[in-house]
Amino acid sequence: MSIILDKVDYVYSADSAYEIRALNKISLTIEDGAFIGIIGHTGSGKSTLIQHLNGLLKATSGGIYFNGRDIYEPDYDLSRLRMQVGLVFQYPEHQLFATTVFDDVCFGPMNQGLDKNEAGLRAFEALKNVGMAEEVYYQSPFHLSGGQKRRVAIAGVLAMKPEVLILDEPTAGLDPKGRDEILDLIADMHQKLGITVILVSHSMEDVAKYVQRIIVMNDGSVLYDGTPKEVFSHYRELEAVSLAAPQVTYLMHELRAAGIVADDGATTVEEAKESILKAFGRKGSV
Amino acid sequence: MIRDITIGQYYPADSVIHRLDPRVKLMGALLYMVSLFLFQGLAGLLLITVFLAACIGLSKVPLSYMVRGLRAIVALLVFTSVFHLFLTPGEHVLFRFGIVSITMEGVANAVFMLFRLIYLIVGTSIMTLATTPNALTDGLEKALRPLEKIRVPVHAIAMMMSIALRFIPILIEEVDLIMKAQMARGADFENGSLIKRVKNMIPLLVPLFVSAFRRADDLAMAMEARCYVGGAGRTKMKPLRYAKRDYVAYLILAAYLAGVIALRAV
Repeated sequence: MSIILDKVDYVYSADSAYEIRALNKISLTIEDGAFIGIIGHTGSGKSTLIQHLNGLLKATSGGIYFNGRDIYEPDYDLSRLRMQVGLVFQYPEHQLFATTVFDDVCFGPMNQGLDKNEAGLRAFEALKNVGMAEEVYYQSPFHLSGGQKRRVAIAGVLAMKPEVLILDEPTAGLDPKGRDEILDLIADMHQKLGITVILVSHSMEDVAKYVQRIIVMNDGSVLYDGTPKEVFSHYRELEAVSLAAPQVTYLMHELRAAGIVADDGATTVEEAKESILKAFGRKGSV
Repeated sequence: MIRDITIGQYYPADSVIHRLDPRVKLMGALLYMVSLFLFQGLAGLLLITVFLAACIGLSKVPLSYMVRGLRAIVALLVFTSVFHLFLTPGEHVLFRFGIVSITMEGVANAVFMLFRLIYLIVGTSIMTLATTPNALTDGLEKALRPLEKIRVPVHAIAMMMSIALRFIPILIEEVDLIMKAQMARGADFENGSLIKRVKNMIPLLVPLFVSAFRRADDLAMAMEARCYVGGAGRTKMKPLRYAKRDYVAYLILAAYLAGVIALRAV
């Protein structure tokens, strides 16, 4: 169970004055149950890439295989794929439309052909999973706060019980508290529901703490692909493409250069604390 | 699919037509339309064809871009030419079947009407393809300036037009995005009966209207924050001024129109 991309190319407005090559020979394997971060600067092709994963965009050339089947086969059921690979767009709260929160979340499951009761159960479960209080279920989604609307929108995708959940900049426009809540929520869902999660962001700080693997996009190509530790060791090259490693990476490199710590591979504040304490602990004991 | 809409689409190129003052192009489009309904006979059609071909050549816009606009009116073209073909009374009957008859005059009318409509679309699309929407509204504002004397809010109209034009691509993009987002939730915009399809538009239209209102609100706020109070006392960073080529263009236009009228008499 995985998604495989084989040399995917995508060109916007081909053969016109506005032609843009958005993806350039992308080959990737996304394993089942992974927690992946896709990082890139604005215009690096990350949003284009994820729209290929559920068949909303069709590659100009190259192939995509979901669970071993070519999704570009003529008889492949794309609408089913879109339910198995749930995609939460940027600012998903802008797509809310129903008169109540509950009805909006039911939209996806109803489209799957489930009856009202079944869809309602799914919606109830999804809203619970994103931590919405029951008293707002029957309110208009337009009266909620920005962070709450976003949770409802994520629940709308979650209610279809996707095997893979892709989120495009889920923290855009949220305050630091809202950002941490949403990210914690996503990490929690990855753990609890056991689904594959792909998190798209332009902020290293956001993803470093949570994901197991980072894919760095630049100019429509994959620049780096590896664990946060591996990717952040290229912090100088990342700066060259207007991305930065988390601040703690810089601190650890400085500390190592000054001969204080032995290991500069920490990617989160927690890890950094550990290795600094270790360094001082050892010195103290001598 | 939705990206095929060509209204207000600008094709960037470096040509004489692109550099002309927008007022000349507006006037040119108007005179061209007048000429299309004035001309009579093959000679007139020939002159218009030559003029149109010259404009297309000078504009450096690929012909395929202009023809794209025709796709939307194929049905209209077929209808009008069929009506003209069958319903024009005349003396030289070519073919008769019951009450249906085709006359020589009908054939001529149908052909001329077909040319008129095609030339109308292609000709006016040169103007929109070779002029940025901003230049177009600037030109319109300046050309209509005299109407301010009779209290027509020319500036406000021009501002509304440029905002409307500016928002076309934004709304198209928004429709595209919302459609994709709802499709990701299993929405189906293409299949089903008519009533079902109309119902399926709700998840698209509600967010679209909400976002249009939100954008309008934001824009009004941003304009007020920059002390926009309407046209009174406003000056332009790039005021429109006629250059030599603009006067030459006016002369050519006048000669062209005179030619079309002269050929009527022949």
